[in-house]
Amino acid sequence: MLNSRSFVACAFEQRAGQQRTKKEVMVFERVSMQRTSIIKLARIALMALAAFTLAGAAQALEWNLREPATKIGADIHTIHEYVMILIVVIFVGVFGVMFYSVFAHRKSKGAKAANFHENTTVEIIWTVIPLLLLIVIVWPATKLVIAQKDTTNSELTIKVTGHQWKWGYDYVKGEGEGISFVSQLKTPHAQIEGTESKGENYLLEVDNEMVVPIGKKVRILTTAADVIHSWWIPAFGAKQDAMPGFIRDTHFTANKLGVYRGQCVELCGKNHGFMPIVVRVVSAEDYTKWVASQKNPGAVSDAAGPAADASTVVAAAPAPAAASAAKTYTPAELKTMGEKIYTANCIGCHQATGKGMPPAFPALSGSKVVNGDKNVQIALVLNGKQGTAMAAFGKQLNDTELASVLTYTRNSWGNNAGVVQPADVAALRK
Amino acid sequence: MSAVLDPHGHAHDHDDHHHTPTGLMRWITTTNHKDIGSMYLWFSFVMFMVGGAMAMVIRAELFQPGLQLVNPDFFNSMTTMHGLIMVFGAIMPAFVGFANWLIPIQIGAADMAFARMNNWSFWILPFAGSLLIMSFFMPGGAPGVGWTMYAPLTSQMGIGMDLTIFAVHLLGMSSIMGSINIVTTILNMRAPGMTLMKMPLFCWTWLITGYLLIASMPVLAGAVTMTLTDRHFGTSFFNAAGGGDPVLYQHIFWFFGHPEVYIIILPAFGVISQIIPAFSRKPLFGYASMVYATASIAILSFIVWAHHMYTTGMPVAGQLFFMFATTLIAVPTAAKIFNWLATMWRGSLSFETPMLFALGFLFLFTMGGFSGLVLSLAAVDIQLHDTYYVVAHFHYVMVAGALFTAFAGVYFWFPKWTGRMYDETLGKWHFWLSMIFFNITFFVQHFSGLAGMPRRIPDYPLMFETWNKISSIGSFGFGLSQLLFLYIILKALRSGEKAPALPWEGADSLEWTHLPTPAPYHSFETPPVIK
Repeated sequence: MLNSRSFVACAFEQRAGQQRTKKEVMVFERVSMQRTSIIKLARIALMALAAFTLAGAAQALEWNLREPATKIGADIHTIHEYVMILIVVIFVGVFGVMFYSVFAHRKSKGAKAANFHENTTVEIIWTVIPLLLLIVIVWPATKLVIAQKDTTNSELTIKVTGHQWKWGYDYVKGEGEGISFVSQLKTPHAQIEGTESKGENYLLEVDNEMVVPIGKKVRILTTAADVIHSWWIPAFGAKQDAMPGFIRDTHFTANKLGVYRGQCVELCGKNHGFMPIVVRVVSAEDYTKWVASQKNPGAVSDAAGPAADASTVVAAAPAPAAASAAKTYTPAELKTMGEKIYTANCIGCHQATGKGMPPAFPALSGSKVVNGDKNVQIALVLNGKQGTAMAAFGKQLNDTELASVLTYTRNSWGNNAGVVQPADVAALRK
Repeated sequence: MSAVLDPHGHAHDHDDHHHTPTGLMRWITTTNHKDIGSMYLWFSFVMFMVGGAMAMVIRAELFQPGLQLVNPDFFNSMTTMHGLIMVFGAIMPAFVGFANWLIPIQIGAADMAFARMNNWSFWILPFAGSLLIMSFFMPGGAPGVGWTMYAPLTSQMGIGMDLTIFAVHLLGMSSIMGSINIVTTILNMRAPGMTLMKMPLFCWTWLITGYLLIASMPVLAGAVTMTLTDRHFGTSFFNAAGGGDPVLYQHIFWFFGHPEVYIIILPAFGVISQIIPAFSRKPLFGYASMVYATASIAILSFIVWAHHMYTTGMPVAGQLFFMFATTLIAVPTAAKIFNWLATMWRGSLSFETPMLFALGFLFLFTMGGFSGLVLSLAAVDIQLHDTYYVVAHFHYVMVAGALFTAFAGVYFWFPKWTGRMYDETLGKWHFWLSMIFFNITFFVQHFSGLAGMPRRIPDYPLMFETWNKISSIGSFGFGLSQLLFLYIILKALRSGEKAPALPWEGADSLEWTHLPTPAPYHSFETPPVIK
C-alpha cells in the first residue's frame, strides 16, 4: 500500500481536481530521483519503516514540508533543505568525533587518560566557526523575512476574521469587493465520533471555500472576534495570528491551480482542532465567474425557504436582511429549518441534547433565557456575550435563519416558549 | 545561621546531640539541606508520574483520528496541565533538589544559608501542586489554555483557571526563595580557598540560574496577576475592547518564558559537566570557557523572547532582531558541546548508567539544538510555528536534555546520598529503553510538524495518522520504562549493595574527596580548607 507511487500521488493531492495520470506520476518520480542521495536514502528508509510498522494506515506518509504553491513557500523549502544539509554535515562531524572517542578511548581497551584541559586557540576557533556558519545561514533567511513582510502592491485584499470556531471572509478591496461569507467545518459529526467512515479530506473540508485568482498578490488581513486564532495555508508559507481587536497582515501569490487546505494553529478553545481553512486557487476567468455568482446569488437567495438545504441557506448568509425576512413562517417550517442551522452552528457547544457542557457552555434545555422573553434571546444571539465563547451571530446568519434556529431552541428538549419570526429579529437589528 | 557560620562553636558537634523530631514531623520541620533535597526529588518524581499519566491520555487520544477517549475540553486540560506540571512540578523542583543536596557539600558549607526558608520553599510546593490538581474538580474543569496561558482565552475559563494562577504564584514564590537561598549560599558560604573559579561547574550553573530565576519569576507572577484582574476585576490589560492588547501578554509571558527554558537546562549542563569528566577520568576541558558560555547564554536569554512570537505579526525589524539574537545562542551552546567532546577525547572512558544518560543527553540535546536552529530562522518558523515540529524540538531539549540529565544525576550521586548502589544492569536497561522509546515518540513528530500538523489538537486529518500511531506506541513504552526507574530506586534503597567510599574512579569534587559515603546527616560543620 505504501509504494512510492501512491506516496507521491498523495503528497500532491493538493492538486485535487486535476486527476494525475500515471505518466505524470512517473515523470515526477524521475525528477525526484535526481535529488541528493541523502534525501533519497532517507525517503526509502522511512517508507520501509512505515510500511513495516503500520500496514493498516489509511493514507501515505507526509514527512516533509508540503509542496509549495507560492514563491515564498518554495523559498522556505529551499532554506530548510539548505539548513538541513548543513546540519547533517555538522551532525556527522560532531558525532563522528564523539563516537570515535566512545569506541577508541575506552578504559576497557586500556586507554589511559591524557591530562589536557585547556587550549585557548582551539576554543577561539570553535567559537568563531559556528559564528561564521550562522552568518551563512541567516543571510538568505533575512532576505526571505523581508519578502514575507512585504504586503505592498496587492491586487486583492481579503479580511479574515477568526471566530470560535469558524472563519469569516470579507473581500475588502480588488475584484470581488463586498463579498462576505462564513466558512466552517463540513466534516459530519458522525465521522469525528467514528460512527461513519472518514472521508478523504477529513477535518480539512469547509462549506464555503475562500476563492482567489492565480498569480495575483493577495493581501490577507487577520483579526478575530473572540480569542486569538491563526490562519495558515502550509502550501503558501503564509501564517498569521488573528488578534481580537487588532489587524495584522500577510500575503501570498499562488502560482498553481488547486485546492489548498490548512487548519487553525493557535489554541482557541474547545474546537480548535475543528476550524479548517480551505483556499481554492482558480484561473482569472473562473474567478470572475465566481465573483459574479457571489454578487448575484439569484437562485440561491430564493432557496432560503423551508425546503432549502441548510448548507445552501448558510451559503447565502452574506445578505443579512434577505428579501424573505418579511415573510411569516409556520412553527413547523421554522423548526425544520432551525434544526439544520442548529446542527451547523450551535451543536459543538450546546450539544445535540441541548444540555450543553456547563458551566462553559450552558444548557439550552430548561434555560431561563431560552424560555424567557424572546427579545432577550434574540439580542443575545445577535450580539453574542462578552467574555464567553458565545459568538455574535448577527453578521453570520440572516433573519430567517436566526428566527428558525431560535424557534428550534425554544421548542425542543422540553422547552415550549413560542415562535420567533424573521420580523422579530429584523426589529432588533441595530 | 550563626551556628552554621561559626567555625569554632560546633566543631565537635554530632547527630546525637540534636533532639530532632522523628517520623513525619522530621520531614515537616526539617531544615537540613539533605532532607529537603530528598523531598524535592521525591516530590518532582511524583509530579513526573502525574504529568506523565496526562501525556499517556494525550497520546492515547491521538493514537488514531477521531474522538475516542476524551472530549476536546478535557484534552485541552490535559495538554495544559501536562505542560505546567512537568515544567514547574517535575523538572524545576528536581534540579532544586540537586542544588539542595549538592551545593553545600560541593563548596564545603554546613548547610544552606537560610535553612528555615529552605524548609518553606519546599513545603509551598505540595500546596501549589494540589491547587493544580484540584482545578480538575472545579466547575468547568482544569483550564484548557496551554501551559502558556495566552490571553484572552484565559478569560473564558472556569474557576480552575484561578486555582492555576494561584498555583503559579506559589510556585514562583518557592522558586524565588529557593534561588535567593542558593545564590546567598554560593556567594557567602564557600569554604576557605574555594574561590568562585574553583567551584564545581554545577555550582556555577546554579549561581547563574539563581539570578535568572530572581529576574524572571516576578515577571510571570505579574502576567498571571494581570490575567486574574482581567478575569475578575474589570481591568483590560489584555482585552482590546478595553484598550488592552492580547499580544502584550505574550511579550510578558515570554520575557519570563525564555529565561525559563535556560533555568531548566543550565543546571542540567552543570550536572553533565561533572559526570562526563568523572567517567572520562580526565578534567573538564575549558572550565573557564564553560563558565563564560553559561553566563553568555543567560544574558542572551533575556533578549530573544519574541522568537516565540514570529507569527503574531511583528515588524520586519523585530523579526530580524530576534532572529539574529536567537541564532547567537548557538555559539556558546556549541562551545559547551565541543568542550564536553574534548573532555572525552583521549580520556579513559567507561559507560556506567550515569555516563550513558550523559551521552544520551549530549546526542539528543544537540539534535534539539539543531531543530532549534531551524526554528530560529524567522522565515522558516512562520511555517513551523505551533506545529508538532515545535513539540518535537522542545521535548528533545526538555526530556532528553533536562530529564535525562536528572536521571544521570540521580544514578551518579545515589551512592553518595544513600550509601547504596543501584543495580547497574537494570540502570542500563532503563537507559536503553528510555533512549529508544524517546526517539520513537518524538523523532516522528518532526515529520508530522513539517507536514503541517498543528499542536494542541485532539483530532487530526488522516495524513498524520501513521506518525501519530508510531508516536503513541513510543510514548507508552517511554512511560512504562519510567516505572522501571522507580523499581530500580526502591530496590537499591531496600537491598542495594553497600557503596564503596569512591564508587566512581574519576569523581573529584569535594563531596567525593572530603566526605564519607554516604554523606553524614551533618557535613562540613568545620569547613575544609581548599588548596
